[in-house]
Amino acid sequence: MSTLFFIQFMNGLQLGILLFLLAAGLTLVFGIMDFVNLAHGSLYMVGAFFCATLTFWTGSFPLAVLLALILTGLVGLILEMGVIRHLYQRDHLDHVLATFGFILIADTLVHILWGPQGIAIPLPEYLRGQVEILPGIIFPTYRLVIICSGLLVAAGLYWLIGRTRLGMLIRAGASNRTMVGALGIDIKTLFTAVFALGAVLAGLAGMLIAPITEASIGMGNDIIITAFVVIIVGGIGSMKGAFIAALLIGLIDTLGRSYLGDLLQYVIPLHAAETAGPAVSSMLIYIIMALVLALRPQGLFPPKVR
Amino acid sequence: MTDVSTPLSEHMGRPSLFGSPSGRIITLIFMVALLVVPVISHLMGVRLQLVSLDFGTRLVCLAIAAVSLNLILGFGGMISFGHAAYIGIGAFCVGIPAYYGLNSGWLHFPLAIGACTLFALVTGAICLRTKGVYFIMITMAFAQMAYYFFLSLDEYGGDDGLTIYNRSVLNIIDLENKLVLFLLCYVLLLLSIYLVYRIVNSRFGMVIRGCHSNEARMKALGYNTYAYKLTAYVIAGAMCGLAGALLANFQSFISPDMMSWPRSGELMFMVILGGTASLFGPVFGAVVFLILEETLSAYTTYWHLPFGILLVLSVLFIKGGLNGLIQRGWSRG
Repeated sequence: MSTLFFIQFMNGLQLGILLFLLAAGLTLVFGIMDFVNLAHGSLYMVGAFFCATLTFWTGSFPLAVLLALILTGLVGLILEMGVIRHLYQRDHLDHVLATFGFILIADTLVHILWGPQGIAIPLPEYLRGQVEILPGIIFPTYRLVIICSGLLVAAGLYWLIGRTRLGMLIRAGASNRTMVGALGIDIKTLFTAVFALGAVLAGLAGMLIAPITEASIGMGNDIIITAFVVIIVGGIGSMKGAFIAALLIGLIDTLGRSYLGDLLQYVIPLHAAETAGPAVSSMLIYIIMALVLALRPQGLFPPKVR
Repeated sequence: MTDVSTPLSEHMGRPSLFGSPSGRIITLIFMVALLVVPVISHLMGVRLQLVSLDFGTRLVCLAIAAVSLNLILGFGGMISFGHAAYIGIGAFCVGIPAYYGLNSGWLHFPLAIGACTLFALVTGAICLRTKGVYFIMITMAFAQMAYYFFLSLDEYGGDDGLTIYNRSVLNIIDLENKLVLFLLCYVLLLLSIYLVYRIVNSRFGMVIRGCHSNEARMKALGYNTYAYKLTAYVIAGAMCGLAGALLANFQSFISPDMMSWPRSGELMFMVILGGTASLFGPVFGAVVFLILEETLSAYTTYWHLPFGILLVLSVLFIKGGLNGLIQRGWSRG
């Protein structure tokens, strides 16, 4: 029981890390540009497909990830400069519709270029094994790599946003973008940089998960909705909120699916619990989001706005 | 209200039943065509999907849903990203009783409207506490909840969906007759447009549209805007539930996919494409959407590509939707 729980806990952590990578970009783009980007999940998918192809070309997974990150960043750059830049002044409704269009475009382009089937990414030998992380508890190496690299990126982002000039501009933009512009900062370039950064993070998440689930069309469409739940629960525009909420949602979702059915048996009859368990656990994160919004509409850790 | 500093914008104009005199003619021709074309092609046995009765019925059902969404999205400014949930709930209110052999339409339709009213009341009460993008996302969250709820009901097909073997029985109105079903849907579409027309021109509707323009001012004028918006939200939900029940009767097959979030996005697209806050706009939008879907998917399996591009272009370049084009283009020319 406790070993299983630990493994599930680690799986939840892994989901949380992936959600954080997606949510970080979403929350930055929303916090600074006030732009709702449904197509963020497409960048996640595109990253995974780039990585798959490059792994086959170069024969090295880490090298492929590195190159794919650059490519995904470029896609983000082109997307922002081509279309999204013109949408910042529009209302959220237009954002939702236009980026919904992008999802359709991206899914079909991937379909045309890579075919309808998913692509599995082979892992190098040294990532395939398992390690004993605690006495008696064996965990796949690669999943551990995902968790560690996610935490590293989180630390890197913390440094970037808290300690660098770009981070200072990002924070300033999140609290008052008009004022940043008035102070003579080149807002356009800042926005493009932030969007590309978000694209890179989303792409990284896709690349990290692809060796486990394989790169497939529409892989971003489910997780992007969960990532939106994360940034809403965490408070839109807040990096800290995104981090905590991502881990929280990842853990709650994973553990809920494993244990909620068992827990419900103590409250309601067995056969009812068996039906209700899966239903409630798949609704769980949305229930949490609704609760948070009902009780604290600005999210758990809203950014300070002056 | 004339001496206030900010203009109350176009939302406060009186939406007439047919728009400008020139637009009125086009609208009228359009609505008549929507009735006549499917009926004639059915009677003459034309084998062309775009003018078929089946296509017409599906179109009219979705048009009712779009009209109901327009009431809150277009006139009320409440951007609901979960409106497909009501289609699904309405559909399952037909499917589940039919599964147990209860085929009375006098049960199905009131149940669909009742269940959607209740769902809209409970979720709306929570959603309307939020604003802006939070509202968009929380309405989507509730729709996802409904989606996963029906997905987990293995008894009623779950992911595989549920086949409805007998359509609702409504005494003399024989829904097994495709023509009768289409006519019923068409009449209900006209009734919903008329209902929206009466609502937005009533005192109640003025308050709703006032909230869209400037909610703080409506509050300052002493209106309990929350209660007004919630009422509109519930009415829209109930109307959409009816659309769902009709759609279930037409398709004879329902699945949770009817309420997944891309479906909600499509409904929004119909409303925006047609022109928000116009009475017939959503109907134009639904027609264009379905015709695009039908023709593009006939030419290529990759029809989402041109469709997505059109969507992006229409957001970038068409202001006020098709209805706006019809009203403006005619009077300029």
